[in-house]
Amino acid sequence: MNAGVSEPLQSVLHPAGADAEVIGQFAWVLFGAGALIFLAVMALLVLSLRRHAQPLRPGLWIAGAGVALPVVLLTILLGWSTWRSAQLVPQASGNALAISVTARMWWWEVRYRDPASGREIATANEIRIPAGRTVYLGLNAADVIHSLWVPALAGKRDMIPGRLTGLTLRAEKPGIYRGQCAEYCGAQHAHMALHVVALAPAEFEAWLAQQARPAQAPAASLPERGRAVFLEQRCQSCHTIRGVAASNNLGPDLTHVGSRLQIGAGLLRNHRGALAGWIADPQALKPGVFMPAASGIDGESLNALAAYLEQLR
Amino acid sequence: MSESNRASSDPVMPMPYRPRQPSARLRRVAAALCLALLAACGKEGAGTPATGGDAATGKRLVTQYQCGACHAIPEVPGAGGDAGPPLEHFGRLSYIANGIPNQPARLTAWLLDPPAMKPGTAMPKLGLTEQEARHMAAFLYTLR
Repeated sequence: MNAGVSEPLQSVLHPAGADAEVIGQFAWVLFGAGALIFLAVMALLVLSLRRHAQPLRPGLWIAGAGVALPVVLLTILLGWSTWRSAQLVPQASGNALAISVTARMWWWEVRYRDPASGREIATANEIRIPAGRTVYLGLNAADVIHSLWVPALAGKRDMIPGRLTGLTLRAEKPGIYRGQCAEYCGAQHAHMALHVVALAPAEFEAWLAQQARPAQAPAASLPERGRAVFLEQRCQSCHTIRGVAASNNLGPDLTHVGSRLQIGAGLLRNHRGALAGWIADPQALKPGVFMPAASGIDGESLNALAAYLEQLR
Repeated sequence: MSESNRASSDPVMPMPYRPRQPSARLRRVAAALCLALLAACGKEGAGTPATGGDAATGKRLVTQYQCGACHAIPEVPGAGGDAGPPLEHFGRLSYIANGIPNQPARLTAWLLDPPAMKPGTAMPKLGLTEQEARHMAAFLYTLR
């Protein structure tokens, strides 16, 4: 599915959700009003610089244009924005699909509840949601303060260690919306992106059911060898692959890593070559990331490991 | 009176050697020639081997397949990996992958299936089509 993906949208000016619609309108109205006032002031300036300008009555201008006009304009804008803000989607988890998102330096852990078994399903750096349905994201941070911002869908919400915050999202139509950490969180803050993928409801159900399954046994010999390499290299010290090895989840769950759009939190498009390069030396691509560079792993094994991860769909 | 004038007026002492200053016009011509020579230095592209591919398309493919995850390529934004060798002067290399002659047919075959040409290599088979490999080769030969 990677081939058909166009450049995902990360823009306040192209709203695709109810809240983003309101925020986009704020941006345009405030910009428009600001531009009009700026033009009016410039026009007055030109008038005042005319050589034979009529003498003014300063008292009238100070009281009228300096006090009364701003009070009226700002009151109108304040009233309008308060009225519009009241129409933002209420932040409540009732009747919404609940998804837990934990921000870490520098990636996003995303957890769903399997509707069939009630068990938790972990994935990373990608929040898949059903289009046209309200989604409640329970937000938390594991290390420092982060902030979730998907401009095309909603406003920002801080993610604070030891404290649960929430964000209600709703994408009206299927699509891919890029998001970004919006609170400086360390060296790789700029490489802490995620994608919200809104799917048609039936597609979403199918995707969730697939994510709930443990990893399938590889069908070919190269990925088969790759699975052995995964265990030999003790990748399971940080990464879980359900059905193969469990870990304490210092790094992203890789059970279905092949089904994700990107790796490294929006760093590289996900395919075998990118996986191999990332495993070989994450420090060259995302300096400071907590994953160490591969050492003592020969080329063939690296290749096999990348092939194995690629087919974990 | 200056030293040199006195010397030249002396009938016993020979004229000291004084190089003739080239005229301003001659200097301009020489400078233009030097510039032309310098400009020609970078244009070995005329000798780029024929690959049957298009370099601009190749550059796009190199970006799309993220060769930069392993290779540093100055022409490609974000290509800063260090798992493989840098490709900065790829077009000048005589050999690739430690001993394979850097010729279009070999390069295309290498891009299509590296482990088949050199068992044990860390470079994966990316599932390129032959035409994609030709485009990439065309781009790689522009890196000089």
